Amino acid sequence: MATSSSAGHDAHGSGQATRRDFLYVATVGLGAVAVGATVWPLIDQMNPAADVLALSSTEVDLSKIAEGQGITVQWRGKPVFVRHRTEKEIKEAEEVPLAELRDPETDDARVKAGKKQWLVMVGVCTHLGCIPLGQQGDYDGWFCPCHGSHYDSSGRIRRGPAPLNLPIPEYQFLSDTKIKIG
Amino acid sequence: MSPFKIGAAALLALGLGAGVAQASEGAHMEKLDWSFNGAFGTFDRAALQRGYQVYKEVCASCHSMKYLSYRNLQDIGFSEAEVKALAAQYEVPALDEVGDPTTAKAKPSDRFHSPFPNELAARAANGGALPPDLSLMGKARVGGPDYIHALLTGYHEAPAGFVLPEGKEYNAVFPGNAIGMPKPLSDDQVTYADGTKASLEQMSRDVSTFLMWAAEPKLEDRKRAGVKVMGFLGLLTIFTFLTYRKVRRKVQGH
Amino acid sequence: MSSSTPFQTNSKVIKWIEARLPIISTIDGALVSYPAPRNLNYWWNFGSLAGFMLVAQIVTGIILVMHYTPHVTMAFASVEHIMRDVNYGWLMRYAHANGASMFFVVVYIHILRGLYYGSYKAPRELLWWLGIVIFLLMMATGFMGYVLPWGQMSFWGATVITNLFGALPLVGGDIVTWLWGGFSVDNATLNRFFSLHYLLPFVICAVVFLHLWALHTTKSSNPLGIEIKGDQDTVPFHPYYTAKDAFGLSVFLMFFAYWVFFNPNALGHPDNYIEANPMVTPAHIVPEWYFLPFYAILRAVPDKLGGVLAMGGAIVILFFMPYLDFSKVRSAKFRPIYKQAFWLFVLDGILLGYVGAMPAEGIWILVGRIASVYYFAHFLVIVPLISWFEKPLPVPESIAKAVLGDAAKA
Ligand code: HEM
Ligand code: FES
Repeated sequence: MATSSSAGHDAHGSGQATRRDFLYVATVGLGAVAVGATVWPLIDQMNPAADVLALSSTEVDLSKIAEGQGITVQWRGKPVFVRHRTEKEIKEAEEVPLAELRDPETDDARVKAGKKQWLVMVGVCTHLGCIPLGQQGDYDGWFCPCHGSHYDSSGRIRRGPAPLNLPIPEYQFLSDTKIKIG
Repeated sequence: MSPFKIGAAALLALGLGAGVAQASEGAHMEKLDWSFNGAFGTFDRAALQRGYQVYKEVCASCHSMKYLSYRNLQDIGFSEAEVKALAAQYEVPALDEVGDPTTAKAKPSDRFHSPFPNELAARAANGGALPPDLSLMGKARVGGPDYIHALLTGYHEAPAGFVLPEGKEYNAVFPGNAIGMPKPLSDDQVTYADGTKASLEQMSRDVSTFLMWAAEPKLEDRKRAGVKVMGFLGLLTIFTFLTYRKVRRKVQGH
Repeated sequence: MSSSTPFQTNSKVIKWIEARLPIISTIDGALVSYPAPRNLNYWWNFGSLAGFMLVAQIVTGIILVMHYTPHVTMAFASVEHIMRDVNYGWLMRYAHANGASMFFVVVYIHILRGLYYGSYKAPRELLWWLGIVIFLLMMATGFMGYVLPWGQMSFWGATVITNLFGALPLVGGDIVTWLWGGFSVDNATLNRFFSLHYLLPFVICAVVFLHLWALHTTKSSNPLGIEIKGDQDTVPFHPYYTAKDAFGLSVFLMFFAYWVFFNPNALGHPDNYIEANPMVTPAHIVPEWYFLPFYAILRAVPDKLGGVLAMGGAIVILFFMPYLDFSKVRSAKFRPIYKQAFWLFVLDGILLGYVGAMPAEGIWILVGRIASVYYFAHFLVIVPLISWFEKPLPVPESIAKAVLGDAAKA
């Protein structure tokens, strides 16, 4: 029975062996492609579904937010702070030397040109995800109660464990009194 | 709602159920050659848009489509701006600044506006019959789009001797033949935006196409993927067969 | 050749593992060097296909659960959410719904293979019984899964099937209330079905493991029905049967893909696209096709308890096959009369399935009764009688002799 053992196939000459090898490799390769193609839907199904994506832009009416006031809106399940800053807050934010900042960024870079009074940022502490409290802390900005991070009136990190400034979401002014986040 | 009303609705529902149970004969239903039939089938966008117009202008006054959102209409060829404008024609419940209930313009992400706030209101406005939700109608009846088309074109004079209950009309394919929905479509019921002549036949086909899409919006994706998968599996089958044959010759000697 | 070479390795790592947990040699023994009869035909492909379907159902099922909500007010909508919004959700759901049907197709063929080739006979009784246990668990799993989308068929199917237990004397009513967790099929019922639908497939996995353990103890039977007499009768599982199973799987996948991609609702029922309504019963309550033969037997008996017992008995009777058939010869290949009886039984099963789908009226009642009586007669009368008087054909001496003929150098 030795001729029929799987180890005996080389005895049939190298030409045959090559074809068998090609076949074998091609078949296993195709099988691997099949598995690969099947795995993608299994992974992709965990990405945001169409209805979740559809909610991913939020329009905010600014006309009712008085100077010195702010509101929190929900965008993609996260709080977004929309603040109508006072002259004093803007001035403070602009005067901070970049060298003093942990995550150096000018105030200009964090607002839209000509609309300095409007600060729009994702209200999620860059430390471990708590929501900072407004108009608190040592820098006229926000204070995160979880582990004591202080953010200034431009939402930049000044003290405490958080590494980065509060992030600015993608948004645009649809009119002077209306923005669209996302 | 008074317990009496609820009880009456329940009895009615039971009665309707029994009516359906009696009537399974069903008349001849023409099998149409839909563009979405077959392995390579696709939806005709123009027909879908016309079908939506029929739904919106005629059916939507009684039938909800609660599993569809306005944003879905982008799939049938409306632009983002058009969808936004379409949605804005409807009002959805909202709260004002002081928390009182009010309404706001619907957004593309909102579900289709329903004509009635709840089932009892729907029944009350329709002589006790409940106009079913149409989101899944393309799949929820034997025959699917063929059935919908046959139903819409199936209103005739009741044959002699057929006793039509009060408030019902005769329909050739509806189970039991006595339908609570008044004949919804007749020639030129709508004026098509694309200028197509709105005959009864045309509107029935268009709205059936639209309802099939609404029930199975992933039909095109599915068939396209299926053709690829089949081709690939065919190749895989050839290769696994050749490999098997090769191994068999070694191991079995034949 | 020696097909049962014990597992050997030079790798230090593998040796280290093997000394502590012989998992690699166990896998090797099951899938690589396992000495399989050299003459298995394509009907033997269906075991590995059943294993594939079990895994496929578990994978797609776990994914569906990521998006499904087991609550009466949300279950139907969450399935629609899967179909419309979840990325590839339609694929997952159609693969799972049609996968259940494919699983049953494969397992029915697998069972019939066993009946034809006498695989239930000693020493494989336990192997056979474990298989029937798997079949029962599959039926429970499939039934409860069908309830989850909470359509009209889900709801009324659940109502009808749970009410079967009401036929039990004295305690029936209490048992039904207990199953429901209320006074009708409702949220409590849906939630427990969901829990069990998730659990049972893993119980099936455990029983499959025992099934395979028993298989590797007794070794596979084969179309000739004669035991392995030596190495010349076997080949190592790999590469011969791995290649053959891969080929079989490819063909089967095309069959599966046809349903999923081109006809995904044909095996289901339109009524299940209508949300459950406890006030309206659909015109025909039809179970999934794979329950139809048993459903026909249930309806054939004009007595509630009797019908339930008959339906249960139709499956339980399979357990007795090793004793009802006492012929010395295993394979129908050498049993001309049993072979005919087998095919009549298959026809009877198909007829029962057809009757199960028809309304319980007129001629169908009579046909259903005759077919049901025949079903039991096959097991209780025909099979024992045949084993008694049938003269089997001469059985070959060995697998190698029969397959390789004179070429057998063994
Ligand atoms: C033996 C394996 C299994 C079988 C035979 C089976 C069978 C079924 C069936 C027949 C349905 C109804 C499909 C429909 O018509 O929509 C279903 C639904 C469902 N199954 Fe399974 N199933 C299995 C394993 C699993 C597992 C392991 C899970 C979870 C981990 C699962 C989760 C679900 C869910 C969430 C649904 C409802 C969604 C839907 O209806 O599509 N299944 N199953
Ligand atoms: S999460 Fe804000 S300081 Fe830690």
